[in-house]
Amino acid sequence: MSGTSTHRNLLIKLLMGAVAMFAFAIFVLPPLYDLFCEVTGIGGKTGGAYTASEITIDTSRNVEVQFVATNNATMPWDFYPTEHKVFVHPGESREITFFARNKTGRDMVAQAIPNVLPNNAADYFHKTECFCFNNQPLAAGEQAELAVVFVLDPDLPISVNTVTLSYTLFDITDRVPMQVSQIQ
Amino acid sequence: MAHGPSQNFFSRWLFSTNHKDIGTLYLWFSFAMFLLGGAFAMVIRAELFQPGMQLIKPEFFVQMTTMHGLVMVFGAIMPAFVGLANWMIPMMIGAPDMALPRMNNLSFWILPFAFAILTSTLFMEGGGPNFGWTFYAPLSTTYAPDTVNYFIFGVHIMGASSIMGSINIIATVMNMRAPGMTYMKMPMFVWTWVITAFLLVAVMPVLAGAVTMMLMDINFGTSFFDAAGGGDPVLFQHVFWFFGHPEVYIIILPAFGVVSQIIPTFSRKPLFGYSSMVYATASIAFLSFIVWAHHMFTVGMPIAGELYFMYATMLIAVPTGVKVFNWITTMYKGALTFETPMLFSIAFVILFTFGGFTGMMLSIAAADTQYHDTYFVVAHFHYVMVAGAVFSGTAAVYYWLPKWCGRMYDETMGKVQFWIAFIAFNITFMPQHFLGLAGMPRRYSDYGLQFADWNMVSSIGAFLYGGAQLLFLYNVIRTIGWGKPISDPQVWEGAQGLEWTLPTPAPFHTFSTPPVIK
Repeated sequence: MSGTSTHRNLLIKLLMGAVAMFAFAIFVLPPLYDLFCEVTGIGGKTGGAYTASEITIDTSRNVEVQFVATNNATMPWDFYPTEHKVFVHPGESREITFFARNKTGRDMVAQAIPNVLPNNAADYFHKTECFCFNNQPLAAGEQAELAVVFVLDPDLPISVNTVTLSYTLFDITDRVPMQVSQIQ
Repeated sequence: MAHGPSQNFFSRWLFSTNHKDIGTLYLWFSFAMFLLGGAFAMVIRAELFQPGMQLIKPEFFVQMTTMHGLVMVFGAIMPAFVGLANWMIPMMIGAPDMALPRMNNLSFWILPFAFAILTSTLFMEGGGPNFGWTFYAPLSTTYAPDTVNYFIFGVHIMGASSIMGSINIIATVMNMRAPGMTYMKMPMFVWTWVITAFLLVAVMPVLAGAVTMMLMDINFGTSFFDAAGGGDPVLFQHVFWFFGHPEVYIIILPAFGVVSQIIPTFSRKPLFGYSSMVYATASIAFLSFIVWAHHMFTVGMPIAGELYFMYATMLIAVPTGVKVFNWITTMYKGALTFETPMLFSIAFVILFTFGGFTGMMLSIAAADTQYHDTYFVVAHFHYVMVAGAVFSGTAAVYYWLPKWCGRMYDETMGKVQFWIAFIAFNITFMPQHFLGLAGMPRRYSDYGLQFADWNMVSSIGAFLYGGAQLLFLYNVIRTIGWGKPISDPQVWEGAQGLEWTLPTPAPFHTFSTPPVIK
């Protein structure tokens, strides 16, 4: 029957279509989503390390920057900002610290994930130094002051008077066993 | 060629490659799943009958809501329409069978395994899936019970089944139409199904991708949906609804097709605006791909995104409105009679439109902030899923059952079932609108005292509706076993189409030589 080969051709084409959609879901959608968030700045994701260039300090504006620290799920560390808010002029570089203490009896590694609100400020919040660029190993009972140096871009939208920088601390000890053994 | 089915019960049903037998298998399977999912619903409504915790624990309650959704969507509604497609599409386009009969057998017989795997989790330590049928990460990854892997494999298998079933339907419709059966002469049921099949081939793999990413996150240390490793749980919602929104049209488009067959028959007029029906169906299918984020208005989207998804969603009302207009215009000045299939179809048009209107309310991004995740949403999607898909499926069974088995169902019992179902459905779900607007959230096992009265009304309606389904089962069994034999090929006076030119009951093999299409 000539029908069989046309059925088979169609079957192969449609199966290939299904496989392509599966690959699209796994290999294309997640990077596309990240790219979209990066380009538009939505999702409050901040960029990587920022190299300070010559920026003029805009003393006419005084922006309130608030700091929030959250422990994810069962993360047992003490984790909080040493000051809860500062006022900065756009263009002015400022260092602030977060306090972290591993109050458990075992060595742990943490990763802080930053988020900036409002969403349209995320692209204008530059960090020249941040503990979130690396993961944070702390031995049992150890404590640390974690530094962030940030600059608000002078192009920060005029409607933004308050920016909130939030860190969520995740326990990633199980993901980096190599590093845990090197803590001591 | 003209031999009948195998006389051995096991070889007939296990090894069948006959589209009618496989259609029957699909329909019985889906009815069994319908009763199972219905039993879960009864547990939910029994617990919600009064405020406070009476019968089950909250942990089990959320397993019930999850399993009810999964079983009804993937086990009851989708296989029911695949069963109808198997039975009717070859008979409607003048083909001797489905294009890929052995794959047809495979696509059915993996389904019972998928649902056995899924349902068995209820008896395991840790319990069944408890994260809602939408299984949002991280609830379904980081915080999921260990049985989530069974759920994932179950979804994989039912996805594979759907994809194979759809490919079969596309191949049958594209390659096996009788000479002269051009695309624009195909019955609406065939059209809606072929468009649905393309939707399924496009989005079931995306669902498979979503659960595969969950599987990797849970077992292999990836971080697709885990912020700790650089992923994002919101990505899950995007991937899920990129599948999920076309999925709701996968469920409803074949229902549109069924109603477009039944209303002309009992109006004794041809379907009004056939070609606009085809284009409306295709438009709905296209639009379904670009509106998914209206399920996620509260996730924190920029205002431009909310506006886009709001307007695009509202646009769907246009082709849907065309369809409703055409059904009503088909009935206008028709010589109407109200047999059971027609009653269910008219109820479909009224109640589906009502569900469409509440959908319009939900599409307003600003208003959705209030409605989101409340019983208003539950009421909305039960108006389109139950009064839409289930009513049309019931109508289809009553409409074609005499053709399938050569016996007439009991019309009085059918009408009694209809009126119980129609009234009970509204008693169940109408009050849920009020509950939702008053702020009752979905998926909770308990509620504040101010919600007590309407919840009790809703539960009473639900038990009544459940009872109507047992009457349906009895009527179908009674018809097959002891119904009044009929032999008129036409069955219904106003019925048009190739399936009504075949003898009644439909022989095991039909259209071994293609019919001539005028």
